[in-house]
Parts: sequence; C-alpha cells; structure tokens
Amino acid sequence: MSGFNKVVTSYEEALAGFTDNMTVMVGGFGLCGIPEGLIEQVNKLGSTGLTAISNNAGVDGFGLGKWLEKRQISTMIGSYVGENELFEKLLLSGEMEVILTPQGTLAEKIRAGGAGIPAFFTATGYGTQVADGKETREIDGRNYVLEPSLTADFALVKAWKADTMGNLIFRKTAMNFNPMMATAGKITVVEVEEIVEAGELDPNYIHTPGIYVQRVIKGEFEKRIEQRTIKPSSEKA
Amino acid sequence: MALTRDQIAMRVAQEIQDGYYVNLGIGIPTLVANYVPKDMDVMLQSENGLLGMGEFPTEETIDPDLINAGKQTVTAVTGAAYFSSAESFAMIRGGHVDLTVLGAFEVDQEGSIASWMIPGKLVKGMGGAMDLVAGAENIIVTMTHANKHGVSKILKKCSLPLTGANCIKRVITELAFMEIKDGAFHLLERAPGVSVEEIQALTEADLVINGDIPEMKF
Repeated sequence: MSGFNKVVTSYEEALAGFTDNMTVMVGGFGLCGIPEGLIEQVNKLGSTGLTAISNNAGVDGFGLGKWLEKRQISTMIGSYVGENELFEKLLLSGEMEVILTPQGTLAEKIRAGGAGIPAFFTATGYGTQVADGKETREIDGRNYVLEPSLTADFALVKAWKADTMGNLIFRKTAMNFNPMMATAGKITVVEVEEIVEAGELDPNYIHTPGIYVQRVIKGEFEKRIEQRTIKPSSEKA
Repeated sequence: MALTRDQIAMRVAQEIQDGYYVNLGIGIPTLVANYVPKDMDVMLQSENGLLGMGEFPTEETIDPDLINAGKQTVTAVTGAAYFSSAESFAMIRGGHVDLTVLGAFEVDQEGSIASWMIPGKLVKGMGGAMDLVAGAENIIVTMTHANKHGVSKILKKCSLPLTGANCIKRVITELAFMEIKDGAFHLLERAPGVSVEEIQALTEADLVINGDIPEMKF
C-alpha cells in the first residue's frame, strides 16, 4: 500500500518542485477553506511570476494577500478580488494582470479542466465584456460564449479530513472551489485538519477520491473570519 | 410615499411561493428573508455552496467554515446541504433556483442589467452576478428608480458595462413595480401615494401605462 501513501510531513516536501512562473490554483472562498500553511510556504519560497487562480485574493496580510506583499503574482484569475488595498495598488500600477471571471464560469473552467473537457459553452457573460474576443454560438435560440477550461501546475487545496491514500472529505462551506481544484492540478497538494488511516473514512462519503491527490499534509489553521456576524443578543433564546 | 428599503423587500417577498428555492443578493435583496410569510417554507441558496441558509449564529455556534456569499458567518437550517462551487452554479445556471433577487445600478427596456462595474472606480469583480442573471428564469431586480440628483436608472439602454443582456423581466423600485416586455417597461403597481406622473418623470425608458395602475398592498 505504500505506493498509495500520499502523506508528507514537511511543507518543503509538500511543495517540492514548485518554481517561478508556475500556474497555481488555490482553494477557498474569501478566507474560508484556504490552505493556510501551503500559502505560507509559497510565500517563504518567494516564487515569482505566478499565475494564481483563486476566487478571491485574500486580505491585506493574510491568505493570498501575503503573495501580493512579496509581488509573487503576475497574473490573477478570480471572480471577486476587492478586499485589500495592496491589490488595488498593484492593479492600478499595472504590476499585476487581473482576469476577472464570473464565479460560476471559473468553477466550471476548473471542473472541466480536471475532467478533460477543453472548453464549454455558457450563457454567462454573453453580451458583456467577458465575452469580448471569444467565440459565441447560438444553440436552440439562445446565445452562448465559448470558455476554455483551466488546469494548473499545482493545486493547493484545503480539506477537513484525508486518509493516507488521499481520499478527502470537506467541511460545510469550506468546500467551495477545493474539490474541482483537486482534480485540475498536475500536482495536487492537500492540507487537512486531520489525517486518518485508509479505511477509516466511509467510502460512501468521500467527496474527492484519492486518485486526484498527490500529496497530503496535516496543517494548523487559524480560520480567520472576514465578516463576523452574530445574531443580536436580544434575539437569543 | 416612496418605499423604504424594508418595504421594497416586503413587496418582493409577496412574489415568493411555498417551496421556493431562492437566491438573495447583497443589500435590499438580503432583507427579503425577513419577510417570507410565516406559513411558507423557503430554502435560501448561497452560491458559495449552501442550500438552506439560516440566520446569523450566536457566539456559541459561530463557525468559520460556515459563511454565506457575502462572507458573513451564518447557520444552516434543517434539511440544508453543502456542495462545491461547481455544483452551486449548476443549480443556478441550470435554472433550478426558483427566484433570484439582486440589486442593480441600471436596467434597460431590453432587459439588460448593469450591476458590477463603474468605469473609473475600482473594479472588484462580478462574483456570481453574471451567472445568476444568465441562469435564472425568474429574476427580480431591486434598485432605486433614480440617483440622488434625480437621474433615472430605468433606461432605454444601460450606459455602464453589462452584467447580462436581455435577461431581466421584473424590477421593483421605491416607486414602482415594473415588468419588461416587448422592448418597454410596463407599469404594474405604484408605491402607495406615488402618482403615475412622478414615476413617469423619473423613468427615462419607454414606460407603458395601461389603464388605472393599482397601488402596492402590504
């Protein structure tokens, strides 16, 4: 079974082979479900010229915000990137290229990439600037835009639990982009809260089968909250 | 009297039916959840991967792994489901969501909507808005009828970059409930005490007024 043991014990090992100018997918929605330790390690490596594919770009000083601080990203592909001031500065100064992509199209581009589908037609963005320069087609009376799929050299994924064979289970809305990204990385590295022995996760409830996963590392997570919203105390039972 | 934000939400809520799956955008649309009739069950879809969004948590139940599309901490109701972003947008694009409510900067009589970008200001991204307007059959746009200077946002043609083309059919503002069809806005209802003339004056688009226009009822 050792051929299927995906567990690594250091972040150096987890990101072995990661170099400048790579394309890297990073899971998460805002700061929810991001691979915190892997992001930190890329920051330590100092790799530059990266094309980062992630729904958001972190916040100042946390998540992908750290890569921005070190000017590690040359191209950012995401759907909503406006939670940090540094991002705005890099965008306006032209230091970083940004390709804004509708969220559902981004998710499907990654899903398709991992599933061996090179492109797909979607109605999303037809008649908007998202469709500029892209092939369009009318199918059954409706107009669609051809969207190429996405793959990456590395996919950095956050899951709740993994077994040693790389089978994954995600937790609540920390799932988000992580399962698709796991399928679309040439090397998929998963940072998890808990690693268990193969056989301990019920095969009925595996979200991502281990075939997509090359490396698994146990991380420590701060799980910072962006918008801490609490029910007013008067409404408490 | 022009409607308050809450009254706009109340009017939208009257369009909800028992058993609806509903996606609510940020701003006034979020308020709609507060006015779902008590005898109806509605499941709220949040595009980051939650069907069955509940109220905000308490200090004791707050969970960083459970947020909504506005990145606020939330709870999940009985019968909720979690899923990936691809699955979430399959629901949206595939037309499985019964009602989508979202805000806008401008709408026009061709049913086009501009809601994500003002040139010259920082562009933060469209998030899921383009997918939502492209996928949903049943969309209600909530917005103000005109800006502070009285310049109409109900237009013949949107001036801002579009979120979607020819996709909007119903609009509720602080003054009126309108339907878009055959290349024009059709006035269905007016806010209590607001005259047809007042609505007409703040509408740049072609506005069809058929007979007596009833007041909204609350």
